[in-house]
Amino acid sequence: MSDKESKEMRSNAFLIAISAVLLGLLAGAILMASIGSNPFTGFWYLFRGGLMNIERIGNTLATATNLMLVGLSVAFAFRTGLFNIGASGQMLVGGLCATLVAHHIFLPRPLYLAVLILSALLGGALWGIIPGFLKAKFNVHEVVATIMMNWIAYWSVYYFVPAYLKGPSLETESASIAITQTLRSPWLTKLFQGSYMNLGFFVAIASVIIIKFILDKTTLGFELKAVGSNRDCAEYAGIKVNKNVILSMMIAGGLAGLAGLTFYTGYSRNMQIGVLPSQGFDGIAVALLGASNPLGVFFSSLFFGILQSGKGFMNAMTKVPPEIADTIIAVIIYFTATSVLFKRIWEALFKKLRRDKRDKKEQAAIDAQTNKEVE
Amino acid sequence: MWVTLTQIFPYAIAYTIPMLVTSLGGLYSERSGVTNIGLEGLMLVGYFASAITIKLTEATLGINALPLGLLVGVIAGAIFSLLHAFASINLRADQIISGTAINMLAGALTVYLARTISGSGNVRIFMGIVRKNIPFLAKIPILGPLFFSQTYWTTWLCLIIWALSWILLYKTSFGLRLRACGEHPSAVASAGVNVRMMRYFGVTMSGALAGLGGSVILVTYSGEFNGTVAGLGFLSLAALIFGQWKPLGILGATFFFGIATTIANVSQVIPSLNVIPPVIFKVFPYIATLLALVIFSKKSAAPKAVGDPF
Repeated sequence: MSDKESKEMRSNAFLIAISAVLLGLLAGAILMASIGSNPFTGFWYLFRGGLMNIERIGNTLATATNLMLVGLSVAFAFRTGLFNIGASGQMLVGGLCATLVAHHIFLPRPLYLAVLILSALLGGALWGIIPGFLKAKFNVHEVVATIMMNWIAYWSVYYFVPAYLKGPSLETESASIAITQTLRSPWLTKLFQGSYMNLGFFVAIASVIIIKFILDKTTLGFELKAVGSNRDCAEYAGIKVNKNVILSMMIAGGLAGLAGLTFYTGYSRNMQIGVLPSQGFDGIAVALLGASNPLGVFFSSLFFGILQSGKGFMNAMTKVPPEIADTIIAVIIYFTATSVLFKRIWEALFKKLRRDKRDKKEQAAIDAQTNKEVE
Repeated sequence: MWVTLTQIFPYAIAYTIPMLVTSLGGLYSERSGVTNIGLEGLMLVGYFASAITIKLTEATLGINALPLGLLVGVIAGAIFSLLHAFASINLRADQIISGTAINMLAGALTVYLARTISGSGNVRIFMGIVRKNIPFLAKIPILGPLFFSQTYWTTWLCLIIWALSWILLYKTSFGLRLRACGEHPSAVASAGVNVRMMRYFGVTMSGALAGLGGSVILVTYSGEFNGTVAGLGFLSLAALIFGQWKPLGILGATFFFGIATTIANVSQVIPSLNVIPPVIFKVFPYIATLLALVIFSKKSAAPKAVGDPF
C-alpha cells in the first residue's frame, strides 16, 4: 500500500469516527429534548460529571481502563478478521478467576499481583481459545460461538458465585474482597482523592503498548494481519491460518479477561450475578471508533469512559435518565457500521470541492486566454 | 414422575412459545440472507411497547387491552427492525455490528423511556392472560393434561403463526423466492425478483415476530417490563441454529430448550429434579448448539449467502 493511500485511509477512518460521534451526540440531544430537558445543560453535566474534579477524573480513568482492555481485545481480533463478540463472557471468567485468587491466595504484594493478573489472563484466554479452536478446526462461525460462550459463562457464574463465594448479606453477589487484595492502592486512592482509580490502569496502558508492539513489530503481528486482510493469500504465502486464528482468539480472550480483572477486583470489589457485563459490548464501540488501532483504542476508551462515568452526575442534576450514555454509544456503533453512508457523503463532498477547484482553475485559464486575446 | 411432568409442562410450554416465535422471526431474516443477532433487542422493544400500551389502556379497555398490547408490540418490533434492514440491505453494513447496535440501542432506549414514563425502569401491568383448559381436548388421556390444560390463547396463536409460516416458506413460490435470496441472491435477481424487497420482508418479519415474542412474555408469565429479556433472544438464536434453520427443527429445539430451562428453574422446588445441578440445564442449550455446529460443520444447513450484502 502506498503511503498516500494509507494516509487517505487513516483520514477516512478519522472522518467516519468523528461523524459517528457527532451523530451519536445529536441523537442524545434529541432524546434529551424529547423529554423536555435542555440538551446543553444535559451534556454540560454529563461531561462535568466525568471531569469536574480530581476524584471524578480518577473514576473516569478507572472506567476507561475496563473499556480500553475490552476495546483492545475486540480490536485485536478484528485485525485477524475475527469478530470477538464474546468479550463479556471472557470478562466474567477472567473476573471469576481473579476473584477466586483474591479470596484464597495470600502472598507478598508484588508476587500476589502477578498471580492475580495471570489468573485473569488465563481465564479469559481459555474462554477465547475455545471459539478460536472451533473456528479453526470445524469452521464454526466465531460470532455464534462467542455468543454461546457468553451465556455459558453467564450461567456458570450465576450458579458458582452463590455456591462458593457467597457474601454475608446478599444472595446475588459475591463477598467483597479485602481492599488489600484488590488492585486499589493507597497512593493512587490518595492521589485521586478516594476514587475507583486502581493499578488496573497501568495494566491497560502496558497492554496497549504490548499489543501495539506485537502488531507492528513482530512476525506474529504481521502474520495475524495478513490472515486478517486476506486469508487465502496468507495461506498461499505459507502462513498457518488456523494456528493464527486460535492464537488471535486466545490473546483477545486474555485481554478481555484482564478487563474482568480490572473491573471485578479493581473498579468494584465483588461480582454480581445475573449481569452480562455491558463493557463487553461497549468495547465493540471502542474498537470501531479507534479503527482497531491500539492508540485509537486508547483515546476512544477515554471518550467512552467520560460518557459512562459522567452519566450518574448528569442524572442527579437533571431529569435525564443515565441510559442516555448507553444510547449514545449504541447510536455511535450503528453509525460506524453504516460508515458507507458517510463515505459516500464525504466522497461526494470532496469530489464537488475538487471539481469546483478544477472549474475555477479552468475558468481562470480561459479568462487569462481571453484577456490575452483582447490585448 | 407423572405428577411432576404435568406440573412443569405448562411452564415449559409457556417458556417455549416466546422463543418459538422469535426463532421463527430469525428464520425469516436469515433465510432471506440477512443475519440477525439483534433478536434480543427486538424482543425487548416488543416487550416494552406492549407493556406501555397495556398500562395506559387497561383501565379503559379492560381485557381488550391485551390483544392491543400484542399488536403494538408487533408493530414496534417491525419498525425497530427497519434500522437493521436499512443498514444491512441499503448500506451494505456489517450485519453483526448492526445487530449488536440494535441490541444495545433497544436495551438503553427502552429503559430510558420507561424511566421517563413511569419513574422507575419497570412497567407493571395488572392484567394477564388467564389460563384455560381446551374443552374436550383436555380430557384426552396423557396428551390432554400435557398439552391442552392450563393453556394461554397466545400459545395457540403462535403455533398457528408457526404453521402458516411453514406453509408460506415451503409451499408457495413466494417462500421459494425468499429462501433463494438467502442461498444465491444474484440468481434470484436474474429471474426478476427484487432481492432487496425480499430481504426487507424477511428482516421486518423477524422484527414483528420477535416483538410478538417479547409481548407474549409480558402477558403470560412476566406481567412486568423490567428492562431485560434475560438472554431469551440469544437462546432463540441458538434454537434457530440448533434447529438447522428449519421450521420443524426450531419447534423441536425451542421446546427442548424450554424444558431444560424450566427444569433448571423449578428444580429447587421439586426435589425429584434436584439430582442434577440446575447449571447443567441452563448451559445445556448453548453447549448443544455448539456441538450441533461442530457435528454439522461438514454440511452446514445455514443459508449460503446469509450475511453477504447484495
